[in-house]
Amino acid sequence: MALITFTSKGIYCKQGDFYIDPWKPVKLAVTTHGHADHVKWGNDAYLCHELTKPVLLHRLGADLKIQTLRYGEEITINGVKLSLHPAGHVIGSAQIRLEYKGEIAVVSGDYKVADDGISTAFEPVKCHTFVSESTFGLPIYKWQPQEVIFQQIRDWATQNQAQQKTSVLVAYSLGKAQRLIHGLSGNEPIYVHQSIANLNDAFVAAGVKLPRTVRITTDIRKEELQQGIVIVPPALADGRWIKNLQQAATGVCSGWMQVRASRRWRSADAGFALSDHADWPGLLSAISATSAEKVFVTHGFTATFSKYLNEIGIPAEEVKTQYGQEEDDAPLTDQVPEYTEEKKEHKE
Amino acid sequence: MKRFAALIAQLELSNKTNDKIAALVSYFEEGDALDKPYVIAMFTGKRPKRPVSTALVRAWATELSAIPPWLFAESYHSVGDLSETIALILPPPSQLVERPLHQWITDLAQLNGKNDASKKDFILKAWDSLNTQERFIFNKLISGNFRIGVSNKMLVNALARQSHTESSKIMHSIMGRWDPALISYEELVEGTHVNTDSSWPYPFCLAYALDSEPETLGDTSAWQAEWKWDGIRGQIVKRNGELFIWSRGEELVTDQFPELHFLNELLEDGTVLDGEILSVKDGKVQAFSILQQRLNRKTINKSQLNDAPIGFYTYDLLEHLGKDLRQQPLRQRRNLLEQVISNLQDQQTVILSPVIDFDSWELLADLRLGSRDINSEGIMLKKLDSMYHSGRKRGDWWKWKINPYTVDTVMIYAQKGSGRRASFFTDYTFAVRDGDKLITIAKAYSGLTDKEIKEVDSFVKKNAIEKFGPVRTVKPELVFEIAFEGIAESKRHKAGLALRFPRIARWRKDKKADEINTLEDLRQLLEATV
Repeated sequence: MALITFTSKGIYCKQGDFYIDPWKPVKLAVTTHGHADHVKWGNDAYLCHELTKPVLLHRLGADLKIQTLRYGEEITINGVKLSLHPAGHVIGSAQIRLEYKGEIAVVSGDYKVADDGISTAFEPVKCHTFVSESTFGLPIYKWQPQEVIFQQIRDWATQNQAQQKTSVLVAYSLGKAQRLIHGLSGNEPIYVHQSIANLNDAFVAAGVKLPRTVRITTDIRKEELQQGIVIVPPALADGRWIKNLQQAATGVCSGWMQVRASRRWRSADAGFALSDHADWPGLLSAISATSAEKVFVTHGFTATFSKYLNEIGIPAEEVKTQYGQEEDDAPLTDQVPEYTEEKKEHKE
Repeated sequence: MKRFAALIAQLELSNKTNDKIAALVSYFEEGDALDKPYVIAMFTGKRPKRPVSTALVRAWATELSAIPPWLFAESYHSVGDLSETIALILPPPSQLVERPLHQWITDLAQLNGKNDASKKDFILKAWDSLNTQERFIFNKLISGNFRIGVSNKMLVNALARQSHTESSKIMHSIMGRWDPALISYEELVEGTHVNTDSSWPYPFCLAYALDSEPETLGDTSAWQAEWKWDGIRGQIVKRNGELFIWSRGEELVTDQFPELHFLNELLEDGTVLDGEILSVKDGKVQAFSILQQRLNRKTINKSQLNDAPIGFYTYDLLEHLGKDLRQQPLRQRRNLLEQVISNLQDQQTVILSPVIDFDSWELLADLRLGSRDINSEGIMLKKLDSMYHSGRKRGDWWKWKINPYTVDTVMIYAQKGSGRRASFFTDYTFAVRDGDKLITIAKAYSGLTDKEIKEVDSFVKKNAIEKFGPVRTVKPELVFEIAFEGIAESKRHKAGLALRFPRIARWRKDKKADEINTLEDLRQLLEATV
């Protein structure tokens, strides 16, 4: 009897009778992290890392029944031993380790291997069965060290300042925003949109240390914003809000920015390939460190990545899930651009 | 290379013409003097001979990155650009080296004629010394195909602004024959080379599509109407005892059309004709599909000469007795043209494109409906007092094309777009009915709104039957009306015929898959047009 199965509601552990990151309401939802494609409203109870709790309360409402664990802390549910291990994706993100009669399965949710200094660094966990994402599961995705990217962002912001432009960075409220705030400390003031500020407040109340930022309110004049860096969520990136700033340069922070076509597509002024997902070498090293005998690939370049794993001798299978629909997993825009290449008019 | 890489990055980051021009101007201010002529050559599509084949470059990159070829192919498909895929997929460089752009270009040119082992050695060493963005540029240098969203017009405007020179002069100068290895940036901008070179053509005057009713153009007497021919726009230049034929793609195509070489004897020195290269048989203009047999061939055999003889329908005179006539009004140029052509005493090969006699827009609209009968694609409207402009200018010349042919088809395959649309299914293959089977008839993209593309994209994701690499077979359910300009026999296509310029006219949500056209419908159309 397999320890995990893939059902129409989500990843199910029959022995323990609970789901991991279900997309339909269940009794107990063990939650890897707080991104909207991994946690839904309407479950009877949630089990997650203690730093994911403030996110759930903030995003899904205050009256949830939530049990929390620290990394490495172990509990037993219906005989299944369960513990959480750092996934390095965002603050509080966890891999779920299950053990039953010597059989070990790990569901990693979303993860990245490089330490971003703010989400607890990814920890490889030995297991028989590993459930992996593959958001950037192509060999074209290889991240540069984040310090290189932060330096690019600082240089860009300095250049904007010289041209009297406001530097607007587009980043997800959960994860990328905190990573930027942390990585760009020293470049204060950093102004954040209220959706980010609210989440930051929730983290700070839960004991997370974050550099100081300024919440953007109607009292703040546009001229003042020019002195610093502004961080907004993607929903606002194409909106009137930025247009109203007049002299603004926008920089999109996302792994997709690795590819020129995506940079052009976003019609941002700059693209920074900064991702909270593992790159190609990261995925391969993480998987090999688990020594797993079987890998399930849940979202991203699932077909390609599982085919490759099989070729290098790691039995793998793609499974259909509803992950990867939100946040960094999906391309950043729902705007389909027109081809800009000149039409091939060979004649007049 | 660094400065050029920075220029490319800047050009890519903005969609605004003004930003791009500013980036170009600042490049031409600061760039390496020897690099600049090469950059202009690249942006205007002057390609050096390709020193290494794509297949080899691709094989070496695959080998170096230690991945299976199918994974390389998947990556390529996701990126949409081979040069970029290679740049991203290679292992990181071991040490960075800065060399000027022209040095790279000349070194690459010297690879021609060397054996594969030394080519490989050079290219692998280069990859190992460049960062991702520079590798991308280097790979583009190998392919010679550097399309970066800089139009000729944009480049010319930037050069004009940087050098305080008139833009028409620059357009003229960069269009001629010059070698970036031999000319300096200053000489190029001043156009010192064009006077000594007898071949240079003039920039073509181009027309906009008429987007309103012709009545809005005012009185008919101010306009000259001609048939819009469906061939290759060409300029015939005779100077200093030599004849040159230029196509609109700035290509010298003299050798492809021996039927026109007699003009070297008959035209006076200092004559430039503008017109359309067509296949003309027994005094009749033939369909474009017939002309096509004659294009881009290194050698022409007897049967091709016989089946698709070439004619030149001329409609403008740009230079006469060495004098540039472009500032004179069309009516005067036309008069002179008529004289020049009547002096030729040849009415078989070089033909004055007729002027259509009309005194009302209604009459012209009626005549236009007969365009297809003479293998014309509509009507050209030119203001009688118009000058011959460089490039496209609104107001003086209009093309008033007839409506395209259409066929109702069903979508059977979908593929993700490349470039900017790389994550949506945007490239579709369409089929018509042939008995109880469906047979592929066209592949097309564009023509749909963003919203429709998203809808089709989600249909494809839900209704994919099979995967063949990047291609999805989908349930034949969505009906699209495909517009096209012509139809030709084709041995390469399963249907036995091929559509010209197929594109999606609209999504026929009102139609079901059993209401689409049949292959027989198209065969009948083919017979009617040839």
